[in-house]
Amino acid sequence: MSGERTNGSIVELNNVSKQYVRGKEVIKVLEGINLHVTNGEFVAFMGPSGSGKSTLLNLIAGIDSPSGGTIKVNDQNIQDMSGPELARFRSVNIGFVFQFYNLLPFLTARKNVELPLLLTNLSGAQRKKNAETALSTVSLEDRANHKPGELSGGQQQRVAIARAIVSDPQILVCDEPTGDLDRQNASEILELLDLLHRDFKKTVIMVTHDPLAAERAQRVLTLDKGQFEGE
Amino acid sequence: MKYLQFVWMNLFRKPLRTTLTFFSLFVAFILFVILGSVTVIFNSDIEMEGGENRLQVSAKYSIIDDLPGSYVQEIQALPDVELVTHATWFGAYYQDERNMIPLFPIEPDTYFAVMDELTISDEDYERMLSVRRGMLAPETMAEEYGWQVGDLIPIGAQIYPMNDGNMTWEFEFAGTYSAGQDFGAILVNYDYFDEARQFGRGAIGWLIVKVIDSDRLTDIATQIDKMYVNSSDPTRSAPEAEAFRQFMNQYGNIGLMMTGILSAVFFTILLLTGNTMSQSFRERIPELAVLKTLGFTDTRVSIFVLIEAVLLCLIPALVSVGIAIPLGSVVGVLLESMPFGFPFAIQASTLYSAIGIAALLGCLIGLIPAITAKRLSIVDALRP
Repeated sequence: MSGERTNGSIVELNNVSKQYVRGKEVIKVLEGINLHVTNGEFVAFMGPSGSGKSTLLNLIAGIDSPSGGTIKVNDQNIQDMSGPELARFRSVNIGFVFQFYNLLPFLTARKNVELPLLLTNLSGAQRKKNAETALSTVSLEDRANHKPGELSGGQQQRVAIARAIVSDPQILVCDEPTGDLDRQNASEILELLDLLHRDFKKTVIMVTHDPLAAERAQRVLTLDKGQFEGE
Repeated sequence: MKYLQFVWMNLFRKPLRTTLTFFSLFVAFILFVILGSVTVIFNSDIEMEGGENRLQVSAKYSIIDDLPGSYVQEIQALPDVELVTHATWFGAYYQDERNMIPLFPIEPDTYFAVMDELTISDEDYERMLSVRRGMLAPETMAEEYGWQVGDLIPIGAQIYPMNDGNMTWEFEFAGTYSAGQDFGAILVNYDYFDEARQFGRGAIGWLIVKVIDSDRLTDIATQIDKMYVNSSDPTRSAPEAEAFRQFMNQYGNIGLMMTGILSAVFFTILLLTGNTMSQSFRERIPELAVLKTLGFTDTRVSIFVLIEAVLLCLIPALVSVGIAIPLGSVVGVLLESMPFGFPFAIQASTLYSAIGIAALLGCLIGLIPAITAKRLSIVDALRP
């Protein structure tokens, strides 16, 4: 399956490569990647470990930089952005969902969800209100004052999703969001991502090993040895 | 403010660890403020009530060496000298050898004239002159021991036995005098002491010289020392405040000792707090990476880390400064009530120094974690 799709793209990667130098060895992680993701699309990346899925996700999210090629996200060329520009780009455009939730353990669920809003000019009351709205979207309003240690894995991942959507980014980037969950919780998280894609028109880009998770996506792209299969 | 709240919550993520660190820093800063104030007092010009126009002349090599009594007349004869008196170190204790008290044999007529800040009633003064083995005590001391006029007070001697070899002298309590806050000695008649002691007759401990022009204190001190430089009993003369500091420094270089103790304390604290901070930092490297992922800039994340380190040191310093002020009053009362006590008060400069050192300490322990946080790669930090 090709990564090509050109009309109304929100993510465009052209001939993107990524390589690491380890000692004298050059490790090519991605090579000649071309990808177009339409606004509002749900895309899944699959592939064996070490195929470059997460690296590709990191490049799209602006937390890693390519060795070559161009990356355009929401009409912004991000490959040449400075550190502060990339930080600003991420805060406005990207919501990130990690495999291991990565919530701050000393903050309550509401305070965790409020974190991205600290970068805005919203008042404390407005931040609280928005965080509560995001928590109610993931059906966790009654757990707002609980710390991560007091929540189940599935609940923690829902808090992480609330944190990802609280500042209303257009793109949700999910790195194995169900990788640490049992089948029941995984299914609930996928339902939630489905909801965000379907009802809130979010663009969802997800890395997964789970074929059941990938079934939720409109398009599944398989990476192998740093390239899309079939390219 | 919104960021400060976040940093604050981060600081107390492990309340026990933070509280213990706070407590150790709190103790260190209390020590710093108290000992630092002592150092400042010893290193500054001590203001002694009424002593601005007085010199103290003692033996050059040790304050416990005697001087010939003839020096009183010789120095009195100098121009610019208004009046000379003298005193001698008795080495006294009361009831228990550990209960040392200052006791000086003096000549009351010249002594009270020179030490004009001391006040005594005419009745007690006359009684002192008329009773050869009379003894005067500061009001506070007389009240503490319950001495009444006419009581015979046994005083143990560590230096001078009586003619018969007895080391316990008996003085008759003749009354009280009111002393300045930094003075609290028992006074006895020198004539009786000199006649009754087994050895050292005619010798005196030190002279107190009242000069006409206080601007010439140093010149006259130099002149006196030159007079005796080639004698068998050379002198060391100094304004009274300076002499007091030299007297206290006979216990050792107090400023140096204090500085040594405080340096050791703060070096240990630097290691301890630095270790706490770096341990705390290592634990949450992934969290810092998450903040960056959410859009916090490298600089902002590093500032969070630095502020947290500064708060870790500054909060206990501020608390200790707040507590040191009332605590200093208590310490001051204790020190001044001791036999060889000295006036003590918490010095404002020490309080400012404590806060400055806390901020500096915070910056030092936070610097490396802050730089590391700034350079932290999100991808590396989040790699499972």
